[in-house]
Amino acid sequence: MSAKAKNKLTPQQRKATLNRVLHKIRPYSAFVVCSLLVAAVSVAAQLYIPILCGDAIDKMLGKGNVDLAGVLRIAVSILVVAAAAALAQWLLSVCNNRITFSVSRNLRNEALRKIQTLPLSYLDSHPSGDIVSRMVADVDTFADGLLMGFTQLFSGILTIFGTLLFMLRENVPITLVVVCITPLSLVVAGFLAKRSYGYFQSQSTVRGKQTALVNEMIEGQKVVQAFGHEAESLAAFDEVNGQLQEVSLKAIFFSSLTNPATRFVNNIVYAGVGLVGALYAVRGGITIGQLSVFLSYANQYTKPFNEISGVVTELQNALACAARVFELLDAEDQVPEAENAAALQPDGHVQLQDVSFRYLPDRPLIEGLSLDVQPGQRIAIVGPTGCGKTTLINLLMRFYDVNSGSIKVSGTDIRDVTRASLRGSYGMVLQDTWLRAGTVRENIAYGKPDATMDEVIAAAKAAHAHSFIRRLPEGYDTVIAEDGGNISQGQKQLLCIARVMLCLPPMLILDEATSSIDTRTEVRIQKAFARMMQGRTSFIVAHRLSTIREADVILVMKDGHIVEQGNHDQLLAQGGFYAKLYNSQFEGVQT
Amino acid sequence: MNRMLGYLKGYKRESVLAPLFKMLEATFDLFVPLVMADIVNVGIAAHDFHYILVRCGLLLLLAFVGLTCSLTAQYFSAKAAVGYSTALRHALFAHIQSLSFSEMDTLGTSTLITRMTSDVNQVQSGLNLFLRLFLRSPFVVLGAMVMAFTVNARAAMIFVVTIPLLSVVVFGVMVITRPLYKTVQTRLDRVLGLTRENLTGVRVVRAFDKEQSEIDRFEDANALLTGMQLHVGHLSALMNPLTYVLINLAIVALLYVGSIEINVGGMASGDVIALVNYMNQILVELVKLANLIVQISKALACAGRVQAVLDTKPGMTFPAELLGEVAADKTGDAVRFDHVGLTYAGAGAPSLTDISFTAKKGQTIGVIGGTGSGKSSLVNLIPRFYDATEGSVEIFGRPVASYPRDALRGRVAVVMQKAQLFGGTIRSNLLWGNKDATDADLWAALETAQAADFVRAKPLGLDEPVEQGGRNLSGGQKQRLTIARALVGKPDILILDDSASALDYATDAALRKALAALPGALTVFIVSQRAASLQHADQILVLDDGHLVGIGTHSALRSSCPVYEEIYESQFKKGEAEA
Repeated sequence: MSAKAKNKLTPQQRKATLNRVLHKIRPYSAFVVCSLLVAAVSVAAQLYIPILCGDAIDKMLGKGNVDLAGVLRIAVSILVVAAAAALAQWLLSVCNNRITFSVSRNLRNEALRKIQTLPLSYLDSHPSGDIVSRMVADVDTFADGLLMGFTQLFSGILTIFGTLLFMLRENVPITLVVVCITPLSLVVAGFLAKRSYGYFQSQSTVRGKQTALVNEMIEGQKVVQAFGHEAESLAAFDEVNGQLQEVSLKAIFFSSLTNPATRFVNNIVYAGVGLVGALYAVRGGITIGQLSVFLSYANQYTKPFNEISGVVTELQNALACAARVFELLDAEDQVPEAENAAALQPDGHVQLQDVSFRYLPDRPLIEGLSLDVQPGQRIAIVGPTGCGKTTLINLLMRFYDVNSGSIKVSGTDIRDVTRASLRGSYGMVLQDTWLRAGTVRENIAYGKPDATMDEVIAAAKAAHAHSFIRRLPEGYDTVIAEDGGNISQGQKQLLCIARVMLCLPPMLILDEATSSIDTRTEVRIQKAFARMMQGRTSFIVAHRLSTIREADVILVMKDGHIVEQGNHDQLLAQGGFYAKLYNSQFEGVQT
Repeated sequence: MNRMLGYLKGYKRESVLAPLFKMLEATFDLFVPLVMADIVNVGIAAHDFHYILVRCGLLLLLAFVGLTCSLTAQYFSAKAAVGYSTALRHALFAHIQSLSFSEMDTLGTSTLITRMTSDVNQVQSGLNLFLRLFLRSPFVVLGAMVMAFTVNARAAMIFVVTIPLLSVVVFGVMVITRPLYKTVQTRLDRVLGLTRENLTGVRVVRAFDKEQSEIDRFEDANALLTGMQLHVGHLSALMNPLTYVLINLAIVALLYVGSIEINVGGMASGDVIALVNYMNQILVELVKLANLIVQISKALACAGRVQAVLDTKPGMTFPAELLGEVAADKTGDAVRFDHVGLTYAGAGAPSLTDISFTAKKGQTIGVIGGTGSGKSSLVNLIPRFYDATEGSVEIFGRPVASYPRDALRGRVAVVMQKAQLFGGTIRSNLLWGNKDATDADLWAALETAQAADFVRAKPLGLDEPVEQGGRNLSGGQKQRLTIARALVGKPDILILDDSASALDYATDAALRKALAALPGALTVFIVSQRAASLQHADQILVLDDGHLVGIGTHSALRSSCPVYEEIYESQFKKGEAEA
């Protein structure tokens, strides 16, 4: 229910969203027209059948007074009309399915295309769970709402008016009885909905509270046990659990009143029609058959009303979901490539000239950084965790654009070359070892799908990954699960290295962080890194002293700023932050 | 399932009354067509106004009594379902608390959370539906048939034929489409997986310039999904038209039989109206029943998952009282490992192999080794978070298994690697260590943990709110608070499991100094990757791949233990020499 609260759109938004939804449906307008047509046929046929039944009943007036041939004739008509109605119903579903699922497929495709062109700044600042839920759950809810809308809204309206028309044709006063009492069910349903909405809201608040508590306690379960805190946390849980019981009971009870209440109203309508109809029939105003038509209409007349009120909520919900999807589709794209962007011919020469960059306008990060990296040089980036070492990688790969200054590769500003050629010039191994759900081979050949098996094996050998891959159950055809659960963190990193090895570009960006990797694998990763770096310009987020000492330039970062730069000896001599960082390890020895 | 039903115990009355009242309501509903038939056959035929009026009053009465029954049923059913799920959640939470670390590892946190929340909710709505509808729908279907027999036996035979036919269509379509819907779900999961992959791997995708191939891949998966959705959609769309045709065939048959019967005086036209009405009711209820079965089978699947958690037996039992005697030669021992090995449940290889050492009361023991070398596994055996699979672990001269849970955990305090605080205040968190601690105790612990300064700087001091998970505190602050929390309990053994990693070296050193200055013979285990943090320990245990490869003081190990030497060198020596 809380989802519904946040689903509220302003009337303008609703209108704008509706227009866009209609626009998305336009390619399927043939199906829409067909759907409306068959809906009309189906409704008309379904309403006609009670009338035929009534006619049939009027042909059986009593003992010895039955027009059997007439009944049979009508029976045949009923069958024909029923068949037509059934066919129309099926076609209606087919059309509506086609429209709905095509539109939602298109939306998803569009959204995924959008993801590929969104700037990293958008993707980094929006939780991926949120984007996934827009693309999957919201599109789904939207589709459900749309389907229901198409299936029930139009037929519902047609049924209401059709019934009214048929009834008026037969008898006005009885129609008035139906028309006057039926709205009562809407009033009752509306009242109950409003009442239970409040309870549902408090239910979802308490549920949220409980989920948060459960989350906290179960995640901290080991601490709970370590401190023998079980009884207290159970007591805290029971308190919320008791609150939940109270509000849930009210919410569930009130919401479950709607059906009995509308059924009650329906029964009153039925009795009313029975009374007035019977009185008319006694006077000969209507036949028994006509009375039966009224009775069967009265039985069903509340149904379309209830359906439509349900559909309206459902449609509002669908629109809100659509609005969230559109919000994603409307996000600003990354800066498009220059029209004459050339392919980069990298020679390993990288220049940063007076580069300034900030993620947030009011929080300067990198200010006036200049750096001239000759081909084959190694740049180590060091600093405490969370100091923003990845920022530089973001700029080099042009995941983000600099705010001022420029970055040049081989003397060309990276904004003047194609992104593909720039990124293709770097081999990147990040700490976050991303592999896709697929086989080991597919993963290694990610950058070069047409690589031969020999090439893949050679890359794996160079990355020291071959021996463990061979020991996997299916070797190179072993499927890595979506969460990569079936291989270790270190093995994942080796696969990421092999992936780069296969199409080894002239420049490298490496992240040394090897937490949660066992020592032997770590040695392998080191070897693989060393092999890759030979003769290549390399930027390394460094964690090991040996790497740092051997670097040509060390960039020392602190709180997102580059505070010092130089080689190991220069920096030590400077006696600044680097020297402090380096020497701090000896404080323990001295005290 | 028996055990699951046990939680319904307090709601026996409600769970019997709910379906009962539902059936009463259905019974009253079933009388309506008969009354109407009387109105037609008797009232209209005889032009009897009074009769018509009375019968219509009866209709209203039936409607009202039906409503009352139905409301009563809804209330009892809601009460039983909600009460049941409340009891179930309580039992589940209590049960999870009794599980040991080993079972928690196997089950996994996120699973447990889903079981406790959405699974239990599903069970609740399943039960609610079951109580309300599961008896009602079949009752109406059969009831309508019985009523038909009271009207006219020949006509009722049409019901006997139609009901099975309708059931075949309704359930047949369901049986065919159910597995297909599962396929839809699998394909939707695939689409979801690809989406997630594209988001988490966006840097790699762009680094390799694979945007277009990712789009193609996604569109293929998406097309498969849509294809399946359409296929299932078209199949399940058959249900309504098919049943509609069947029902109308039956109605035509009723009209035919009716006209013959009327012709010979076997029944009246009002009866035909009643029979057609019953026929229509049957369809509505069968469709409801089919949907209900889907809902309930979902709820049963959830119930099965909840049951699986409840069936997980705690793998550890604790004695109610302290057992055994302390041998005279062990009175000075704090912790003693004797050829200890540990293999985690489900793991292929042991995490600890043949570990033996003795820590004397008051000693500081350092534990060092690479990632995954078994440091945490070793210290986790001391408070008996896990049981050693080989050898024995003794605390103060007695096997760990001879201590009652509270006594053991009261004497051994662990500060875990992941600093975990709970929603409340700083005070409420510290009081976990000891409910009865005074403010002076709390401040003393904070001083030792090097946390007093920043707590004092908070506007509300000890009453400063802590958000769930301690989100509003920095990593270093959280770590120091968890250390203080452990100290509040005045333990005899304190284990710091790499819990000073977010502290800078100066604070780390000050903490060690303060711990050493504490009165009494506190035995401290410090697990660390920094050799500097352990240099002054009385003994350092060096672990490599689960084996104890060195034990001794810093200076002794430097000359005798190559692994220690390697760790030490990587952190200081080479840098110093070459700098």
